[in-house]
Amino acid sequence: MSRVTSRSSVCHVGRGRTFAAVATVTQQPAQRGAPNTGRFSSSVVKKAVMAVSGIIMILYLIAHMIGNLKAFSGAESFNEYSGWIRTIGEPAVPTQTVLWIIRLVLLASVVAHFWAAYSLWAQARRARPVAYVTKKRVQQSFASRTLRWGGTIILLFIIWHILDLTVGAVNPAGGDTTPYERLIASFSNIPITLFYVVSMLLLGLHLRHGIWSAMQSLGQTNRRRERSVNALAYVVATVLTAGFLLVPLSIAFGLID
Amino acid sequence: MPLDLFTVGEPIADTKAPADVPLPERWNERKFRARLVNPANRRKLSVIVVGTGLAGGSAAATLGEAGYRVKSFWFQDSPRRAHSVAAQGGINAAKNYRNDGDSVHRLFYDTVKGGDFRSRESNSYRLAEVSANIIDQAVAQGVPFAREYGGLLDNRSFGGAQVSRTFYARGQTGQQLLYGAYQALERQIGLGNVETFPRTEMLDLIIVDGRARGIVARDLITGEISSHFADAVVLASGGYGNVFYLSTNAKGSNATAIWRAHKRGAYFANPCYTQIHPTCIPVAGDYQSKLTLMSESLRNDGRVWVPKERGDSRDPRQIPEDERDYFLERKYPAFGNLVPRDIASRQAKNVCDEGRGVGPNGLGVYLDFTDAMQRLGRPAIEAKYGNLFDMYAQITGEDPYETGMRIYPAVHYTMGGLWVDYDLQSNIPGMFVIGEANFSDQGANRLGASALMQGLADGYFVLPNTLANYLADGPFEKVDATHPAAVEAQQAIKDQTAKLLSINGTRTVASFHRELGKLMWDLCGMDRSEESLRKALDRIPELKQEFWTNVKVSGEQGTFNQNLEHAGRVADFIELAELMCVDALHRNESCGGHFRAESQTPEGEALRDDENYAYVAAWEYTPDGAPPVLHREALEYEYIHLAQRSYK
Amino acid sequence: MNLTLKVWRQVNPTVKGKMVTYHVTDVSPDMSFLEMLDVLNEQLILDNDDPIAFDHDCREGICGSCGLMINGIAHGPQQTTTCQLHMRSFSDGDVIDIEPWRSGGFPVVKDLVVDRSSFDRIIAVGGYISAPTGTAPEAHSVPVPKQDSDAAFDAATCIDCGACVAACPNGSSMLFTAAKVAHLGLMPQGQPERDTRVLKMVAQQDAENFGGCTNIGECSAVCPKGISMETISRLNHDLLGALRAGAVPAS
Ligand SMILES: Cc1cc2nc3c(=O)[nH]c(=O)nc-3n(C[C@H](O)[C@H](O)[C@H](O)COP(=O)(O)OP(=O)(O)OC[C@H]3O[C@@H](n4cnc5c(N)ncnc54)[C@H](O)[C@@H]3O)c2cc1C
Ligand code: HEM
Ligand code: HEM
Ligand code: SF4
Ligand code: F3S
Ligand code: FES
Repeated sequence: MSRVTSRSSVCHVGRGRTFAAVATVTQQPAQRGAPNTGRFSSSVVKKAVMAVSGIIMILYLIAHMIGNLKAFSGAESFNEYSGWIRTIGEPAVPTQTVLWIIRLVLLASVVAHFWAAYSLWAQARRARPVAYVTKKRVQQSFASRTLRWGGTIILLFIIWHILDLTVGAVNPAGGDTTPYERLIASFSNIPITLFYVVSMLLLGLHLRHGIWSAMQSLGQTNRRRERSVNALAYVVATVLTAGFLLVPLSIAFGLID
Repeated sequence: MPLDLFTVGEPIADTKAPADVPLPERWNERKFRARLVNPANRRKLSVIVVGTGLAGGSAAATLGEAGYRVKSFWFQDSPRRAHSVAAQGGINAAKNYRNDGDSVHRLFYDTVKGGDFRSRESNSYRLAEVSANIIDQAVAQGVPFAREYGGLLDNRSFGGAQVSRTFYARGQTGQQLLYGAYQALERQIGLGNVETFPRTEMLDLIIVDGRARGIVARDLITGEISSHFADAVVLASGGYGNVFYLSTNAKGSNATAIWRAHKRGAYFANPCYTQIHPTCIPVAGDYQSKLTLMSESLRNDGRVWVPKERGDSRDPRQIPEDERDYFLERKYPAFGNLVPRDIASRQAKNVCDEGRGVGPNGLGVYLDFTDAMQRLGRPAIEAKYGNLFDMYAQITGEDPYETGMRIYPAVHYTMGGLWVDYDLQSNIPGMFVIGEANFSDQGANRLGASALMQGLADGYFVLPNTLANYLADGPFEKVDATHPAAVEAQQAIKDQTAKLLSINGTRTVASFHRELGKLMWDLCGMDRSEESLRKALDRIPELKQEFWTNVKVSGEQGTFNQNLEHAGRVADFIELAELMCVDALHRNESCGGHFRAESQTPEGEALRDDENYAYVAAWEYTPDGAPPVLHREALEYEYIHLAQRSYK
Repeated sequence: MNLTLKVWRQVNPTVKGKMVTYHVTDVSPDMSFLEMLDVLNEQLILDNDDPIAFDHDCREGICGSCGLMINGIAHGPQQTTTCQLHMRSFSDGDVIDIEPWRSGGFPVVKDLVVDRSSFDRIIAVGGYISAPTGTAPEAHSVPVPKQDSDAAFDAATCIDCGACVAACPNGSSMLFTAAKVAHLGLMPQGQPERDTRVLKMVAQQDAENFGGCTNIGECSAVCPKGISMETISRLNHDLLGALRAGAVPAS
C-alpha cells in the first residue's frame, strides 16, 4: 500500500517500515538507487570541476592568444617566442620543464573537464527517458544549447591543432619546420582555415555561456553581480575569439606571409 | 419541532475539562492529571493519522518525535498539498507584540464573542493560551513570517478584532506554516518514525470492542482496498465546505473520512454552522469549478462599497464619492470594513438583493484600494498584497491596481464537525478528531486567522498530551485484517464501490455535485428559513435516490480512477447535506454563520435565542433511514457574559 | 471558441502511451485550462470513454498539484500554474498539445499524472530545520534582518510543482532543491544544519534520476513562483563551502 520498496530498509531515506498486517507489494519503485557517497559523485561537484578546469584553460588561452599575436612581428619574433616557452626557467630547471608543467596541467584540465561534461551528459539522458512530443524553449540561449556539441568539436579541434602546429604530423609543411612555417602553411590552406574559424566561433559561444556558468557553478553570481558577470563573459569571449581569429585570417588574406 | 425529522437522545457532557479549577489553570491541570506513556513503551504503540494539513501534519510529526509509531494517510501525492496550503491571511496569537492591550484573555474573549457564544469556554481559552507557543514553534522551524526592519515580527489586524495580533507571511501564511509542519513530518519520515500512505483515501473506520482500531482505505493508484490497524486513530481530514460544490476549498476536500466515522457511531456536531467568506471572486459562468478567496486581510486597506443607485452600471472610477455607499463603514462605524465575516457577507448579499450589486450578473460589491494607494503608494500595496492582486488579475483578466476588485461571498469554512471532548476525543474511544474536521473551538462563526491557530494548537500541543492519556491503557490486543470487524468493513466498501460502478446511468457525478451545491446554496446558504430548509429536505432524498440509480461512473475499481473517487465523495456529501438541513431547521435561532430569516433583530442582525439554544447539537447516526438522534451538550458561560454581539 | 487537443494517454506506468486527438467546442475565454478539461472529461464519461487523468486540487495556484506540458511549455504560455492559466490565452482554432511532466524522477502514473514523491524524499533527507515540538525559544529571541527574511521568503514560495524539472533540458530538479536550501540557509535558525542539509539534499536528488544542473535557466523561466537562478548559485556556494569546511558527503 505505501510505496515502500525492499530498498527502504537499507537506505535511511526510505519511507518507514511496512508492518506485516498491511504490507503489500508496490507497483512503483520508490527510489532508484541509494544516494552515492563519494565527493565527486555529486552533480554539483562535477560542475565545479568543469568550472575550475574551464577557468584554467581560459587563463592558458589568454596567454596563448597574446603569444600568437607575435606572428604580426614576423617569423623571427614568433619562433623566438616559441623557443622561449621551451627554455623558461633555464638554467635552474632543465629545458622544457615549465612547458611540460603547463602541458600536464592543461591535459589534466581537458581530461577533468571532459569527464565531468560526459558524466553530466549521461546523467541528463537518464533523467529524461521518454522525450517530449513537443518541447519549446522559453529562454535558453543558443550558447547554452551548443555547449555539449560545441565542446566536442573543440576537443576534436585541440587534437587536430596539436597534431598540426605542435607536432606537425598533419601539417601541410610537415613536421621538420619551424612553428612559423607550420602556421603559414596551415592557414594558406582554405579548408584548414575554415575549420579553425568555425572552431573559434564555437569556442566563443562556449566561453560566452561558460564564463557566466562557471561563476554560477562556483556560487559566485547573484542578482547584484548579474550584469557585471555577464559583461565579463561577453568581453572575454569576444576578445579571445577575435584575438585568435586575427592570425589565421591575416595569413589567409595574405596580410602576413 | 416535528419529531419526524429527528429524535432526542440523552444529553452529553464534556467531562474531560477540569471544571473544578479556574479557567486559566484548566489546561495545565488537565495535562497534569493526564497519564503519561514512558518513552520506552511508545515504540510499542501505533497511531493512524488521517490527513497531513496543519492539524494532521503537525500531529504526525510531533507524535513521531515523541516515539510513537505513526502511520500517516493523505489523498494528494505529497503531504505538503493539504488544503491548509491555501490559507492566505494569517494566524492569530496572543503575543501582544504591539502593546495594544492584547492578552490571552482578550483573544479568548474575542473568539467566544466572534463565535457568537456557541463555543466552549474551556476550549477557546486553551486555544488562546497555546497560540503564543505556535508562533515560537513556527519561527524555530524557519517559517519566514513578515518582519519589520528591526528584525522583529510584524502583525496586522483581522476581522472581528481591534488589536493587531495576526502574524502573516505575505498572502501565503498557510503555505509557509504548512511547509514548516510538513518539513517536520518529512524529517520523521526520513528517520523511519512515520510510515506513509500517499494517495490513499480513508473510506471507513474499524471499531473493535468499542474502540477505534483502524481504517479501511483505498490506494488511489492501484485501487486496492485494504485495512490498517493501530492503537488509536486520529482524523484530521479538514472541512466539508464542498457540500456546496462551489467553495473556496480544494477540489479534493471531502467529508468522507468524518462522514463514514459518523456512520460508525461518531456524533456529528453543529453541521449547519458554515462560514461564508465575504471576499471571494464572483462566479463567472456555469463551468466554474471552484471559487477563489481574496484574503480577508484586504479589508485592512480596501473599502467596500456599492453605488447608491440601483442598476448603476458606470465604470466604478466614474462614480463620484457622494454617489457611493460604503455600507460597512456606514452601518458599523466602530469596526467598519473589519466586521466579522458573517456580518460582512450578509450585508453584501443584502445590497445585492436590493439590486445595487455590481458586475456582469449583479452579484458583487467593490473592494476599492484607491484611498490606500494614495495614502501608502503603490509599492507598499504591492508588497502587502501583490500576490493576491496578481491572482485576481489572472482569474478575472482585470487589473485591480486600476479598478479595484469585485468581490462576493462564498462558502469557506465549516465550524461544524465531529463532536469531541476537551481531549479532542470523539464519543468513540480511541478516535480523536483535530483541525477543521472537529467542531470544537470556533462556535457558530470563526474569526479570521483562527483556523490555522486551531489546527496547529490541536496538532502540536493538545493532541500529543491527551492522546498519551488514552494510550497509557495500551497497547491493545493485536488486530489484523482477519478480524470480523475488519472483514465486514472492508467488504462493505468493496460492495459500495462495485455498486457505484455498476449503476451505469445517464448523469455524471459532477452534475449531481453541482445540483446539490446549488440547492444547498439557495436553500441552506447565507440565510435559511423553515420554508427553504423544508424544501431542501424534500429535494435531497430525491437527489440521493436518483444518484444511486442513475449516476454514471466510468472506469474500473482496480485502477487509478478519479471519477470513482469523486463519486464516493459526492455520495457522502448528499447524506451530509441532509443532516445539515435538519440541524439548520432544528436550530430555530440565528447565530454566527447560521442565519435563520425568522430570527433577526429589527436592524436585520442575527438574533440568538440563548434560552433555548445555548447548546451544541451532537447528532447520532441511525441506520436504515431512521431519523438522526439529537444529543445536546449544554454550553455554560462562567467567565464571559452572554451578550448580543455588537460591532457597531 | 473551438479547439483541438492532442493529449498524452497512458493507461499505467507499464503500458506505452500515445497522443490522442480530441475536439472541444464552445470554450469560454474565462474558463481556466482545467475547467476546459473538466468539460471534456464529462463529455468523455457520457460517451463511455475513459476521462483524462490529471492532478489538481486547490485550483488557486498554491498547492502545486496541477502541472501540464502545454504546447511544449511547462504550465503553458503564461508563467503561472496550469490551474491559473485561462483560455483567454488561446484563440479559436488552436491546436494544443498536452503532455505530462517527463523525467526519470517523475514516473507517469496515468495519462497526465506523474509521481513526484521524489521531491518529498529530497526534503526528508534534510530539507528542514530540526526543531522538535516544544523546544522552541521565544519567537523574538532571534531577530532576523528583514532583508534576509524577505529573501528567504522569495525562495520559500516554491510550490513543489515540478515545472522546473519538466522544462529543464537536463531534467534537473536543481531549482526546487535550491529554493529549499536557500530558504532555510538564509534563516539564522537554519545555520546549524546548513552544511549537512545541502550535501544530503543534492546527493538525494542525484539518486532520484534527476539530471545535473548546467545552468541553462529554463527552470526559472517557467517557474510559476519566479524562483530565481540566484538560489542555484547559493546552493552551489553552500555545497562547495560545506566540502571545504570538511563536512562529509551524505551517507
Ligand atoms: C482559501 C482559504 C484561505 C484560508 N485562509 C485562512 C487564514 O488566513 N487564516 C486561518 O486561520 N484560516 C484560513 N483558512 C482556513 C484554514 O486554512 C483551514 O481551516 C485549515 O487549514 C484546515 O486544516 P486541517 O489540517 O484541518 O485540514 P486540511 O488542511 O484541509 O487537510 C486535510 C488533510 O486530510 C487529508 N484527507 C482528507 N480526506 C481524506 C480521506 N478521506 N482519506 C485520507 N486523507 C484525507 C487530505 O489529504 C489532507 O492532507 C483558509 C481556508 C481556505 C480554504
Ligand atoms: C586560431 C588560433 C590559434 C593559433 C594561430 C594557434 C597557434 C598555435 C601554435 C603556432 C602552436 C605551436 C606553438 C609551438 O609549438 O611553439 C600552438 C600550440 C597549442 N595551441 Fe594553439 N593556436 C590557436 C588556437 C588555440 C586554441 C583555441 C586552443 C585551445 C582550445 C589552443 C591550444 C593549443 C595547445 C594546447 C597547444 C600546444 C602547446 C604545447 O603543448 O606546446 N590553440 N598553437
Ligand atoms: C575538451 C573539450 C571541451 C568539452 C567537451 C567541453 C564541454 C563543455 C560542456 C559540455 C560544458 C557545459 C555543459 C555542462 O556543464 O554540462 C562546458 C562548460 C564550460 N567549458 Fe567547456 N568544453 C571543452 C573545452 C573547453 C575549453 C577549451 C574551455 C576554456 C578555454 C572551456 C571552458 C568551459 C567553461 C568555463 C565552462 C563552464 C563551466 C561551468 O559551467 O561550471 N571548455 N564545457
Ligand atoms: S522551483 Fe518553481 S517550478 Fe520548481 S517546483 Fe518550485 S515552484 Fe515549481
Ligand atoms: S533549466 Fe536545468 S540546467 Fe539548471 S538552470 Fe535550470 S536546472
Ligand atoms: S491545482 Fe493547486 S496549484 Fe494548480
